[in-house]
Amino acid sequence: MILPEPYRLIAYLVGALAFVGLNAAYLVWLERKVAARFQRRPGPTEVGPAGLLQPIADGLKLLGKQFVVWPHADRVLFRLAPAFVLAPALMCLAVIPFGHALCARDFNLGLLLVFAFGSVNVLAILLGGWASRNKYSVIAAARVVSQNVAYEIPMLLVVTTLLLTAGTMNLRELVQQQAGGVWNWNLVKVWVNPLMPVLFLIFYVCMLAETNRAPFDMAEAESELVAGAFTEYAGMGFGLFFMAEYANIVVGASVATVLFLGGWHSPVGVMPGTFWFLVKLYALVFSVMWVRWTFPRTQFYRLLNLSWKLLIPAGLGALLFTALILKLR
Amino acid sequence: MVAAIKEFCLGLHSLATGLAVTLEQFFRRPVTVHYPWEVLELPARYRGHIVLVRDEQTGRLRCIACKMCERICPSDCIVVEGAKLPGESRKSVTEFKLDFTKCSLCGLCVEVCPVDALAFSKRYNLASTRKADYESMDLCELAKAGDAK
Repeated sequence: MILPEPYRLIAYLVGALAFVGLNAAYLVWLERKVAARFQRRPGPTEVGPAGLLQPIADGLKLLGKQFVVWPHADRVLFRLAPAFVLAPALMCLAVIPFGHALCARDFNLGLLLVFAFGSVNVLAILLGGWASRNKYSVIAAARVVSQNVAYEIPMLLVVTTLLLTAGTMNLRELVQQQAGGVWNWNLVKVWVNPLMPVLFLIFYVCMLAETNRAPFDMAEAESELVAGAFTEYAGMGFGLFFMAEYANIVVGASVATVLFLGGWHSPVGVMPGTFWFLVKLYALVFSVMWVRWTFPRTQFYRLLNLSWKLLIPAGLGALLFTALILKLR
Repeated sequence: MVAAIKEFCLGLHSLATGLAVTLEQFFRRPVTVHYPWEVLELPARYRGHIVLVRDEQTGRLRCIACKMCERICPSDCIVVEGAKLPGESRKSVTEFKLDFTKCSLCGLCVEVCPVDALAFSKRYNLASTRKADYESMDLCELAKAGDAK
């Protein structure tokens, strides 16, 4: 069923906002629960059964707080930054196919759109950090920019390599190419390109870095920079940054699912496609949390070294190798 | 080059090992004791503030007000008064005051007591906004309140 135009837009807006909001709320809950289990604690238990009402309590608390703009901050940019950080994630959701027919916009250059809007996120954190006029925020902003610039390159190299074999930027078509069982997922299509698992690994590391997640959480770096770029934000301003962090993780995990894990295709053939898409998506989100609670934060220069000395050469090598095998085939 | 590749493989291996270690912990039971609803059993020799012990047969306080505890207390935090009840040769305790703000829980009083009339309690949920509450604790009253429970 294809919805006519204005209804489609409204359905997308409502759906995307609800999806992002619920995700932000319940991924915070999940993160706290998962962190607790990794440290053998019970996690939140007091508000509602198993702490399930905790996000609502947190949300109410954040809403009840004043949004303080301190006198020396850049008033306009300071207020704009939280909106800028959330909007691109919402935009990206427009082209992600959650199921065979569940996609807000079947767009030819979907992948390009995701990466174009994905990098606005950096700009928003830079704006927030800069506008705060606080040394911690400025340091964090500078770090975020150099980190994201460094990791955007290998990520795009990997995606370009994948596109060499896929030949389309339409996310729906990308998923359709992976139909027909687990062995057709891009992750394990080694007969098309023997480097597929390596590409996934590079993509995953870059995704962690792009979404500013531990062990690459240089933007927040609580133990070094108070709260980094978010230091001066109170109330829902901080809340929006938090929502955006989880929205970006969801977008990153969705793109990884679409590109490598076969999108909505089921490995066993039962249950609807959207269910499998969400299973893969949340499995990836869980792995992101798993990584966070396993590895300590890296040093900043090591982070850059990893990208410039390892991931970019590896990505370039993979691109050349793939071009070569495509040429010789 | 070979060394670098070796180091890279070793690094990957150690990352995987780390992930395996944390995942193993993930599937184990939490070790937290959920405090207000669950409490750990205190060890037998836990030292809370001292309390007066009752004789199991007669149900009276064992204390004979000999003042040995008062004398041996290095912090000088015990005050005992006693009187002979009519028709008895032993003294009975009429007042036993403990200044818990000074007590260091050294246990000399418990050790010195000739009739084993003193014991450590297991009370640790002690909180008050007034210093007076612990400056002069009436252990006789406490013993009565304990019986009432």
